[in-house]
Amino acid sequence: MSRVLLRLVLLLALPAVLVTVWWLASAGSTNVYWPPLRTILQAFPDVWTADRLRSDVLPSLLRLAGGYAMAAVVGVALGTLIGSSPRVRAVCEPVLEFLRAVPPPVLVPVIMLFAGIGDTMKVAVIASGCVWPVLLNTVEGVRAVDAVMAETARSYGITGVARLRHVVLRSASPQIFAGLRQALSIGIILMVISEMFAASNGLGFTIVQFQRGFAIPDMWTGILLLGLLGFVLSVVFRLVERRALGWYHGLRASTRRSR
Amino acid sequence: MLDVRGLKKVYEGSGRRTEAVRDLTFTVEARELVCLVGPSGCGKTTLLKCVGGLLRPTAGEVRLAGRAVSGPPPGMAFVFQEYGRSLFPWMRVGDNVELPLKQKGLSKQHRRALVADALDAVGLTDAAGAYPWQLSGGMQQRVAIARALAYEPDVLLMDEPFAAVDAQTRADLEDLVRRLWRERAMTILFVTHDIDEAVYLGQRVIVLSASPTVVQDQLKVDLPDARDQVHTRVSPRFADLRTQVYEQIQAAKRGETVLKTDTPPLH
Repeated sequence: MSRVLLRLVLLLALPAVLVTVWWLASAGSTNVYWPPLRTILQAFPDVWTADRLRSDVLPSLLRLAGGYAMAAVVGVALGTLIGSSPRVRAVCEPVLEFLRAVPPPVLVPVIMLFAGIGDTMKVAVIASGCVWPVLLNTVEGVRAVDAVMAETARSYGITGVARLRHVVLRSASPQIFAGLRQALSIGIILMVISEMFAASNGLGFTIVQFQRGFAIPDMWTGILLLGLLGFVLSVVFRLVERRALGWYHGLRASTRRSR
Repeated sequence: MLDVRGLKKVYEGSGRRTEAVRDLTFTVEARELVCLVGPSGCGKTTLLKCVGGLLRPTAGEVRLAGRAVSGPPPGMAFVFQEYGRSLFPWMRVGDNVELPLKQKGLSKQHRRALVADALDAVGLTDAAGAYPWQLSGGMQQRVAIARALAYEPDVLLMDEPFAAVDAQTRADLEDLVRRLWRERAMTILFVTHDIDEAVYLGQRVIVLSASPTVVQDQLKVDLPDARDQVHTRVSPRFADLRTQVYEQIQAAKRGETVLKTDTPPLH
């Protein structure tokens, strides 16, 4: 019990210190662009009403979910295909390296040309940025399937779909999850950016609107909300990962112990 | 049951040509337990992989129950040395044993019965719900053996299965193999580099030469079927057989030296 308490204290200590420092440092601020934290927190419930959550935050989250899911499916599928065959990999590698090196935000204007400025564009932007870490990590994970495991599977007639499902994808899942984790933070960034370019609702759109209207405390509440959103999503991600990769963490702990 | 005729395996890659197995011919009868023993690096694993259909031989053929082996046949089960890499760490013990049976298309009821029976045979009934990495090395290798048992193979191939476990566990596992072989009337081809293990386990010991491998010698192990670690290993006959195998392996190594001085150096 006391250990749980200690962990909780350690967990909350730094955020508490930072908030306090911000609070004290900004308390007497008269700078328009740096309003006191008190003012920002007071504005928060007025800005983020249930209505606004529905009309701005929900669309953003749906776009993020759509783009992220698409990137996950395409990334894992293509990654498995490329990772399974040295020949396909050799053909694809230079192109992949090039495409990965293109910063996704520069694609926004390009994607706008053929996908318009609606939700399709935003989902496409998010997906096009998120797909790379998933794809490249999946390739590595699929490539790294242990030789003895592969031979075991073959000798017991585990081939085709069963091999993919029970052996290859499971074995690659730690890397796949590493890719999905990177993709999540990229996805949040692209969600905001795509909404800053051309949108009529969404978190990014709202924050830019506040900024242009000199509603500076309101703008800050939006930034706080984005931070909170990122935090919650990463906690949710970690919970899912812990469930899916329980075996992997257990295996690693047991090999550490035996060394 | 198992016929190996004129088996030859040459590895070719990056300008190097390595003849691992030159010419191997032997048979394993149904219900026989045959041990293959040879000096280290003599291509034992290559040989076993060719027999199991995991590697395609350069020449010669392997026949299982009269049918040529071209890929892993359903009638063979493998137990590898690296138990930690052969069991799937994301599956519980019971699922590891069951997965190959799903591929065979057996009914759920049938699969469950086979899994329970196999785990019971290796003394791991209680471990069905554990992950492999929660078990000791010896127990993990028992799981691998259970998986092979449940598969109901015509021939069980074991590739130095006990090389990575400690001596006491090894003795237990050897007795387990002997017991399963006798109780279940199985056909086992057991590869090892350990002379004592080969003589203790086998009905017949095939001594392999150094690489490129040929059959150096074959010995019938005329020890009684009921063997135990204490008495069998100190019996005069055991010592006698052990010496014979040992001398053959030494001769095999000498053969390699003679061969090397005869051929001009490659570089």
